[in-house]
Amino acid sequence: MIDFLAGLGRAGLGWFAVLGRASMFLGRVLLSQDAVLRRFSLTVAELYSVGVRSLLIIVVSGLFVGMVLGYQGYITLVNFGAAEALGGVVALSLVRELGPVVTALLFAGRAGSALTAEIGLMKATEQLSALEMMAVDPYRRVFAPRFFAGFVSMPLLAALFSAVGVIGGYLVGVGLLGVDSGSYFSQMQAVTDWREDVVSGVIKSVVFGFVVTWIAVFQGVDAEPTSEGISRATTQTVVVSALAVLGLDFILTGLMFGDL
Amino acid sequence: MKQRFLEVSVGLFVLLGIAALFYLAVQVSNIAEYRDSDTYEVLAYFDNIGGLKVRAPITVSGVRVGRVADIAYDPERFQARVTLAIQSDHDHLPADTQASIFTAGLLGEQYIGLEPGGDFEMLQAGDEILFTQSALVLENMIGRFLTNMSTD
Repeated sequence: MIDFLAGLGRAGLGWFAVLGRASMFLGRVLLSQDAVLRRFSLTVAELYSVGVRSLLIIVVSGLFVGMVLGYQGYITLVNFGAAEALGGVVALSLVRELGPVVTALLFAGRAGSALTAEIGLMKATEQLSALEMMAVDPYRRVFAPRFFAGFVSMPLLAALFSAVGVIGGYLVGVGLLGVDSGSYFSQMQAVTDWREDVVSGVIKSVVFGFVVTWIAVFQGVDAEPTSEGISRATTQTVVVSALAVLGLDFILTGLMFGDL
Repeated sequence: MKQRFLEVSVGLFVLLGIAALFYLAVQVSNIAEYRDSDTYEVLAYFDNIGGLKVRAPITVSGVRVGRVADIAYDPERFQARVTLAIQSDHDHLPADTQASIFTAGLLGEQYIGLEPGGDFEMLQAGDEILFTQSALVLENMIGRFLTNMSTD
C-alpha cells in the first residue's frame, strides 16, 4: 500500500518535473527567436521540411473531409427539405472545428513526429553536445528555426485544409448530388462570419501550431538518448499532441462560441 | 541549386496558404459586409421579438439595407429594444416607417422588414421607429384560433 502511494507520488513529481523542464525550454526557445531572422536560410529549410512536405497530406485529407461532409450534410439536410443549406454546414464545420483540429492532428503525426525523431537522434549521437563544444548555441541553431517553422506553417496549412474542404464539399454537393451552385455559396456566406468564424478558426490553428511544435521539439530534447528512448519520445509526441489539441479545442470553443 | 529549390517551394507554400485565407475571406465568409461599415442606428421597440438574433438582416422590399446591431430588454417599457444599423446610403426612410419581424425560409431564420410610410420627415440616427409589429408566435396564433373556434 505504502509502495503504491510512493509510486503515485513519484509519478506525480515526475510529471511536474517534465512540465517545469518544458516551460524552461519554451522560455529559452522564445528568447532565441532573434536567430530566426538572422539565419533565415536555416528557417527556410525548416519551413520546407515542416510545411511544404506536409502539403500533400493536408490537401488530400482536406478534400476528402470536405467531400464526406458534403455527403453526410446532404443526407441529413434533405430530410428537412433544406439541402440548400449544405454550403453553410460544410463551411461552418470546416472553418470552426475540422480545419484547425484535423490539421493539427495530421500535423502532429506528419511533422511533429519527424521533429522529435530528428532532434532525439541529434541528441543520441551527441550532435547537440558537439554544437555546444564549438560554441554554437543549439537553441539558436537548431530549436528556434524549427519552432518558428512549425508555428508559422500550422495556420497556413489549416487555412488550406478548410479552403480545399469547401471545394470538396462543392464537388460532391453540387457536382454529384445536385444542390444548386448559387445557393451553396450564398448560404455559406450568409452563415459564416468573417470575425466570429474564420478569424476564430485561425486563432485556434495558431494556438495548436504553437502547442504541437512545442511538444514535438521538447520531446526530442527530453528523449532518452537511446533508440528505444527516441521511439518512445516520438510516440509520446503524437499522443500528447493529440490530447492537448483536443483538450484545448474544447476550452477554446467554449471561450469563442460559448456565448451564442 | 538545392537552396534555390527550397526557397521557391517555401515561397509557393506561403503564397498558397495566404491565398487559402483570402479564399476563405472572400468566397466563404461575409467579409463584404464589414466593408460597408458606414451605418446609422435607429431604435425599435417590440413586444415580442420571437427568435430574432443579432446580425439578422434588415430589408426594405426584400432588399437588404442593414443588420440588427443589438437586442436588449428595456425594463421600463417592458419591451425588447432592438438597435438597427442601416447603411448610410439608405437614409431616405420616412419617419413613420413600420418595422415588422418576419420569418424567411423553412429553417425559421427571422429578419426585420421595413415598410416606408408617407411622412416628409426622414429617420435620423438615434430616432425611434414608432410603428412596430412583433414576431408571430405559433402558440399565440393557435391559442387565438382555438378561442375563435369555440365562440363560433
